Amino acid sequence: MKKILLSMAFVAVLAGCASGVKLDEVQVEDRTGSSVANNSNSGAANVSSLNARDVAGLNGNKPGPAGVESVVYFDYDSFSIKSESQAMLEAHARFLREDRTRKAALEGHTDERGGREYNLGLGQKRSEAVRRALVALGVNDAQLEAVSYGKEKPASTGSDEAAFAKNRRAEIAYR
Amino acid sequence: MFLKRLKFASQAALAVVFVALSLSVHAQFRVEVSGMGRAQIPLAFANLRGEEASPQKIAAIVQADLERSGQFRGLAAGKVIDETERPEFGDVRQKGADALFTGSVNKLADGRFDLRVRVWDSVKAQDLGAVSFVVVAGDLRLAAHRISDFVYEKLTGEKGVFSTRIAYVTKANGRYNLWVADSDGENAQSALASPEPIISPSWSPTGTQLAYVSFESRKPVVYVHDVSTGKRRLVANFKGSNSAPTWSTDGRSLAVTLSRDGGSQLFLIDAQGGEPRRLTQSSGIDTEPVFSPDGTAIYFVSDRGGSPQIYRMPAQGGPANRVTFTGNYNISPTLSPDGRLLAYISRVNGNFKLHVMDLASGTASPITDTNADERPSFAPNSRLIAYATVQDGREALMTTTIDGSIKARLSGQSGDIREPNWGPFFAAPR
Repeated sequence: MKKILLSMAFVAVLAGCASGVKLDEVQVEDRTGSSVANNSNSGAANVSSLNARDVAGLNGNKPGPAGVESVVYFDYDSFSIKSESQAMLEAHARFLREDRTRKAALEGHTDERGGREYNLGLGQKRSEAVRRALVALGVNDAQLEAVSYGKEKPASTGSDEAAFAKNRRAEIAYR
Repeated sequence: MFLKRLKFASQAALAVVFVALSLSVHAQFRVEVSGMGRAQIPLAFANLRGEEASPQKIAAIVQADLERSGQFRGLAAGKVIDETERPEFGDVRQKGADALFTGSVNKLADGRFDLRVRVWDSVKAQDLGAVSFVVVAGDLRLAAHRISDFVYEKLTGEKGVFSTRIAYVTKANGRYNLWVADSDGENAQSALASPEPIISPSWSPTGTQLAYVSFESRKPVVYVHDVSTGKRRLVANFKGSNSAPTWSTDGRSLAVTLSRDGGSQLFLIDAQGGEPRRLTQSSGIDTEPVFSPDGTAIYFVSDRGGSPQIYRMPAQGGPANRVTFTGNYNISPTLSPDGRLLAYISRVNGNFKLHVMDLASGTASPITDTNADERPSFAPNSRLIAYATVQDGREALMTTTIDGSIKARLSGQSGDIREPNWGPFFAAPR
């Protein structure tokens, strides 16, 4: 038994320093003489020292036109603006035309079904539909930025058609 | 080779079992085994001498790792055997084990732990090799995963992935966190905390940086984050949406989806930032790019044909060929590092299911029983896939073997858990 122990030849051990930072290359010889544990996938990037960042969000929209709705709803798998949203968009267009220094973000959203990135693309189609509608009503393109939240920020958290209908939307947010 | 003389036939008959990990197992995941005909190596685990001194149950972590791989079936040897002794193999063979795991844990005077493990071929009564680690308590889990890698390589001849890492995102109490965790989902370290969504983390080829999409500035923008220093830089913050970052195989550039020209289109951008070069010119959505392992092609999702499908084009842009033809919703492509398999999500009867396609034959099959699968990524040895799904009404992270026969649910974080991305083998020690 002692002979086995002596022949084990633990060549290198982990550099387990006090900060517990990393596992280094380990080489151990087995008794047949060949190196058995020279794993090239050692040296994991240093988990223990991973620094968490805590970021703050940006809060607060500026007011838009008083008493005017700011959410455009869409049908399933649709990116066309319904006639019921026309009057509302005209009010926003008037507001933006009257003060060319005002800027608005158009935030597209989808319901929860499907992949996050593809939904980002679908939400982008909705926000760009609103952008085009406002530009057609005389707003400068430079006043607008069409972005997408995809399915990340549902207005309603349910998983039924009523919730889905509330979530298929584009919001007009003044910055 | 050890594998060649394993008695697979007897194992196949036992393949449909539910392996309930004993409650003494520290890790919280569970391993479900389903499906027929998997050849699993029966491996007996001796009790490690002195393991009771360790705050982590080393042998249990190793056993769970190996069972999650789908290639092992763990058995209890039922006695203490350390790495210095030559075991009696009669009992072990009686239990049907082809291999035996032995070893010891010693707490050193300076508070560190000395882990020593030896693996035996119990049929040939042959020593397959030993490994040792000396670590502080905080690194015991990582050392256990290294031991799993050692055992896996000794018994299968392939590299193990247990000491690689998985990035994922949680949402809890209105806060989003980007985590870097061990391959079993445990030991998670927060890289980023934000009140706004974080999606699409993607490991750099060297495993040192994560690209991701953050909504902290009230629109999607792409950051690259050095996980060891915590420093990060804005890589794509153009007008409109910036998303879906993926690394080129040389790590020098990123393919991203930008809407700055209108629509969602693919661009290539230097990993340090700079002026992007447009790769696609379609009137629809082009997104979710991923490079082929040889770096010559980009697979991506496009709805240019009317429904989202997966296409392939040269890495510098150019004509795209459609890759998926079944179903009208195929998204989130990812390629196995060996270049043989394409995993993706396909909508089938309103359900979103992880599929695996053999690229040589073009045949694809669903490999899950869940209905809201998302965002697959392969382990660096091409043997396992991590993905997100919904189980019992909660978001969950899973791993599965590429044939779907063995699945494990990863846990370790409360709240909704999503957006996994399996990191690479680490190229160089740090």
